[in-house]
Amino acid sequence: MKLHIDVEKKMGDFSLQVNADISGERVGIFGQSGSGKSTLVHLVSGMLQPDSGEIFLDGDCLFSSRKGINLSPEKRRIALVFQHAMLFPHLSVKTNLFYGYKRCRAENKRIRPEALIDLLKLQPLLERRVKHLSGGEKQRVALGRAVLANPRLLVMDEPLAALDDTLRFQIIPYLVSAGEEFKVPYLFISHSLTEMQLMTETVLVVDKGRVVEETTPEQLARQRMAQSQNGYLNFLRLTAPLLQNGLFAYPWGENTLFISDGKANTESMFELSSREIILFKRHPEAISARNLLDCTVTEMFDSDGRVGIVLATHGEKLIAEIVRPAAEELNITTGSTLFAAIKASSFRRLG
Amino acid sequence: MMLPPEDITAIGLSLKVALTATALALPFGFAVAWLIVFKPLKGKVFLEVLINLPLTLPPVVIGYFLLLLLGKNGWLGKLLTASGIEIIFTWKAAVIASAVVGFPLLVRSIRLGMESIDQQLIEASRSLGASWFDSLATIVLPLSLRGILAGSSLMFARSLGEFGATIIVAGNIPGITQTIPLAIYDYASSPSSSTMALSLCIVSVVISVAVLFLHEILARHLDRSSGL
Repeated sequence: MKLHIDVEKKMGDFSLQVNADISGERVGIFGQSGSGKSTLVHLVSGMLQPDSGEIFLDGDCLFSSRKGINLSPEKRRIALVFQHAMLFPHLSVKTNLFYGYKRCRAENKRIRPEALIDLLKLQPLLERRVKHLSGGEKQRVALGRAVLANPRLLVMDEPLAALDDTLRFQIIPYLVSAGEEFKVPYLFISHSLTEMQLMTETVLVVDKGRVVEETTPEQLARQRMAQSQNGYLNFLRLTAPLLQNGLFAYPWGENTLFISDGKANTESMFELSSREIILFKRHPEAISARNLLDCTVTEMFDSDGRVGIVLATHGEKLIAEIVRPAAEELNITTGSTLFAAIKASSFRRLG
Repeated sequence: MMLPPEDITAIGLSLKVALTATALALPFGFAVAWLIVFKPLKGKVFLEVLINLPLTLPPVVIGYFLLLLLGKNGWLGKLLTASGIEIIFTWKAAVIASAVVGFPLLVRSIRLGMESIDQQLIEASRSLGASWFDSLATIVLPLSLRGILAGSSLMFARSLGEFGATIIVAGNIPGITQTIPLAIYDYASSPSSSTMALSLCIVSVVISVAVLFLHEILARHLDRSSGL
């Protein structure tokens, strides 16, 4: 997907001025509320008209003030998913799901409804009433409805913001797989760094109506490590745990991680804050933390006075965070070998 | 209770006038409500004042304006007379009077229904490939049905009771323009016909109650079938 945006829009006191060339299949737009993310969505989808400029999607002109082109929303084939599912309350789940599909021209139909219904596990919901669906189910139907419209681009505007944490991490795999499986590129709008890390490969940072940075979610997370409440978050996808002394023992690369809050017989996603990792220069003889990993420092980065230490441990990677004096005292440099201690309770299971 | 044939005619005419006025005003009411709710118009305040004016003006005043407009020397009346259409002192005048007086009630109700529609529902439908008209027909219209129903019932009931504007533009001609309220007015002015007046009053009550019941039943049915 290649999106070229060069537009200006004034709305009251707020003015948006964006000039960006976006390419990639999983693109994030990151910014605080009021930064202009939603305005940008409205301009791209054709719900709002820019004051001037042009918008091109994959070489096709959607808007150009110079040429007098303003394609109506239904001709842009950009499907929206909102924070609230916005299912049509007077229609059944099935009619909602097929709303866009029915309106899609035959030559553009490439996604098989059965495959999508399977992937998103929508079959049991089809005959239900919209009002009898839970928040997470509604959002799954809304996602299915948007994908089934066979859009050229899927725009998700804070689709997880209204869901609680558990649900959020249950929905994320669906969002990712729907995009990947059916080859629908998406713009993912959010103010959550975690969502950026899990959902996107490129990120545009928007602030006060301007694109201030184009980066990767990894870079963004590293950069914000010091300011962010939980530091840098390591995400670990672990599976097939063994139960040992009341702890879950997960294989991770060639290591074994002991985790308090595991779940048997299923794949789980865990979050580990960079601040929960304690580094030792030498092997500590006796330690209460259940995980002690020997690591090599492969990279170090700076984030507002804190030092991020990228650790390689038997084929896996972790990022730990220490203050600069600690880094100097331990004389840590790239190539140093260290021991990383992590408590079994420091891993937070998501979803 | 036996009603004289003139009264039966008056009842029939009342129903015909109220029904025609409501049916006639409905598409305009829907369009105006849509304009007010969804279109960023300049001078919207003036539009709203203009539409609500019949609600606050004495019906007699409205009737008089209509007479000036549609009468033989009115600018619209002249056109109509030239093309052979007579409005004043026919049942059509009663329809127009009822339509004008009841219009604000209709628009208000439809508008309330439309205002509860989330703008994002419309955006969702457009982004899924629905044209402007498609979205209007498949999203806005069905979701405004409750408001349309409430507005139509209100307007129908208001039309049944229309007196002031009707008597001026349509007159009070038994068998031609005499509706229930006008017939009651006639009876009430002669002391000997008070029972006749009372029986027409009872008919009025029965029709009104029937309209309200019908509205409730339809509204419930709508709630059930739309899943709202």
